[in-house]
Amino acid sequence: MITATATKKETKNYLNAESGLKSWLLTQDHKRIAILYLIAVTAFFIVGGLMAVLIRLELATPAGDLLDSNTYNKVFTMHGVVMIFFFLIPSIPAILGNFLLPLMIGAKDLAFPRINLLSWYVYMLGGCFGVFVLITGGVDTGWTFYTPFSTTYSNGYVVMTAMAAFINGFSSILTGLNFIVTVHRMRAPGLTWFRLPLFVWAHYATSVIMILGTPVIAVTLFLLMLERGLHIGFFDPAYGGDPVLFQHLFWFYSHPAVYIMILPSMGVISEVVSTFCSKKPFGYTFIAFSSVAIAVFGFLVWGHHLYVSSQSAYAGMVFSILSYIVAIPSAIKIFNWAATMFKGSVRLETPMLYALGFMGLFTVGGLTGLFLAAMGLDVHLTDTYFVVAHFHYVMVGGAIMGYMAGIHFWWPKMTGRMYPEVWSKVAAGLTFIGFNLTFFPQFILGYMGMPRRYHVYPPEFQVFNVLSSAGASILGLGYLIPGIYLIWSLKYGKLAGPNPWGATGLEWQTASPPPTENFEITPVVTTEAYEYTPQILAMIDSSPTQTTKEVTHVG
Amino acid sequence: MANEPAVALHEAGHTGAHAHPGYGEVRHHFESYAQQKDASTIGMWVFLLTELMFFGGMFMAYFVYRQWYPDAFASASLKTNLWLGAFNTTVLICSSLTMAMAVHSASTGKRLLLVGFLIATLVLGSAFLGVKAYEYHDKWVHHEIPGEHYECEGCVDAGHTSLFFALYFGMTGLHASHMIIGAFILLVLIWQSYKGKFSAKWYTPIELFGLYWHFVDIVWIFLFPLLYLIDRSGKGGIH
Repeated sequence: MITATATKKETKNYLNAESGLKSWLLTQDHKRIAILYLIAVTAFFIVGGLMAVLIRLELATPAGDLLDSNTYNKVFTMHGVVMIFFFLIPSIPAILGNFLLPLMIGAKDLAFPRINLLSWYVYMLGGCFGVFVLITGGVDTGWTFYTPFSTTYSNGYVVMTAMAAFINGFSSILTGLNFIVTVHRMRAPGLTWFRLPLFVWAHYATSVIMILGTPVIAVTLFLLMLERGLHIGFFDPAYGGDPVLFQHLFWFYSHPAVYIMILPSMGVISEVVSTFCSKKPFGYTFIAFSSVAIAVFGFLVWGHHLYVSSQSAYAGMVFSILSYIVAIPSAIKIFNWAATMFKGSVRLETPMLYALGFMGLFTVGGLTGLFLAAMGLDVHLTDTYFVVAHFHYVMVGGAIMGYMAGIHFWWPKMTGRMYPEVWSKVAAGLTFIGFNLTFFPQFILGYMGMPRRYHVYPPEFQVFNVLSSAGASILGLGYLIPGIYLIWSLKYGKLAGPNPWGATGLEWQTASPPPTENFEITPVVTTEAYEYTPQILAMIDSSPTQTTKEVTHVG
Repeated sequence: MANEPAVALHEAGHTGAHAHPGYGEVRHHFESYAQQKDASTIGMWVFLLTELMFFGGMFMAYFVYRQWYPDAFASASLKTNLWLGAFNTTVLICSSLTMAMAVHSASTGKRLLLVGFLIATLVLGSAFLGVKAYEYHDKWVHHEIPGEHYECEGCVDAGHTSLFFALYFGMTGLHASHMIIGAFILLVLIWQSYKGKFSAKWYTPIELFGLYWHFVDIVWIFLFPLLYLIDRSGKGGIH
């Protein structure tokens, strides 16, 4: 019933409803807050990316010629802190989740719009602390802040950095709290739990981790700050404490945090794969519950980070088995996506290319995770480049690929404009090639025994390091190009209709960009999720490029 | 709620919040007052779950170290002031009672009684904080604050006793900071109640603050035995 034509340009939407800086900084509209997050998170991605550039430049040669060891320590620490706390954790939930959750469930906004805005300010406050550390001289503990190095010996701004992560954690808690209440209480009439898009299930599971895990890292960092700043000791043996307790408390959050980063990405992939195969996802219930299972089991595996600490071998065995178990729900997702594609007419649009990249790279990342979950093998691989390669396959190959898929998929919805098709496909290809070239050699390096976090290395490792640095430059290009054409598309991109992809979710039944109130009439849901009606399928057939046609869509 | 007026807000183009007589405001993105109240209540419970995990990290540290160094914890815990702790526990339980009475007064629409009970809660909460401050000062005088000047006279396994005091200050400090935040919120609520913002039909903020206050109270109900009581039986008796 909603017709998209060029005249849409004049209608009111969330972008042009109000203007002026104040209307953005004081907005309570979840869509505008998502845009605020998009800008801030992208800025931090650039900062973290520049740190990565320095790391790869330094490692192009065996000698420490670009950075001295102290600077190198600070650079990789800031890379980790910025990328994890300020990019990966907020990226999909705070941008896409914020934008889409109310749209997908047919609500006017999240349950607590003011808390939503507050979460952005809390994030920015944490960010200010991070930037302060960056400018004034950095910190050299690694993003893991292991004691007693961090509390006693480090020369950097440990308290400030911990404060940045501590504050940022509250932003994540507020987002999770908002999502949980929203999913429970704001669903449109008829939208039962098992009619929810899988993206919503994934975000619900993520939110549970956010509200249960984040406070534990908060209190751990609080104790760390007390020990470092006031010498009220908890972990340093000099005060009678045990540093391994810090590791336990740290990983109790920080392992589930990995699922905060990957689960939303998986939610994106479920939407993208279903849309571009025009098929109901195979095993909807299994995918939905596997998100919940990942969230639950994710809390029980943290000890696999401690195999070489003083953790008992029996505890290690239990953690090892539990870590294998968490692979099952992850594999269920991969198999179900593959089964969804099976005998489907797969359209290789850009989001789908990223989704395919995700499936391949996450599988490699996940399987190498099993190597590391095996206690014996882990003793050999701990703190080597194998670990670095593994988690980059999950975090970059998984989470960021999913993020890019999501940004491309919903860009027309967020901005009302299409991005250039050819360039976006080139970028997706470059990202995939560059990524593999960067990180696959690191598996080999790690297996050969190159330790992580050193700025000098024996000359025999140079070949693989040069490959990796070369790959990183391609990868960098793969991120730079979308940055350029997405901004370009804001002005020059073709106008997108409400449903350019022939997708089924409620968010595609309102205008692009949506009006401030999201829907002119509160939608009533009468069908299961992912019902590809003949009208939608006909729309896809009549509009193979999905970009320019004026489409009439029955909602 | 049978007597609830129809406050569904379906009209297209509706942007602002609507005030409904006696109901406070139903914000624009909610369909009804009931939905809004439900959302706020669930939100508070989820927040308390978060708080539980926040304190949980420290309780975990306490259990681990107590398990490892029982003697150090026992002798250090004897240095706490049992009578002040017990007094404070009583004060806090009483404040929970007055808070519950405040919620009840709000639900029956008794404005002045509501204000009175909120003030009573604030007074009791402040009394708790005052006693706590006195205890902290006492620890300071006796060099029982972990750090460079820490000493533990007559303690067994003295090397590990500072862990007890670190946890004592960490846990009671975090608890006290929740009380302080609560006291400031109470000030606002007292003012709003006095101005007649709440009614028998709408008093969600009072009810939700009640949940928070009881939660903070319950944390203390666990802290008191763990820090003051548990090691006194048979080892040092009651001083």
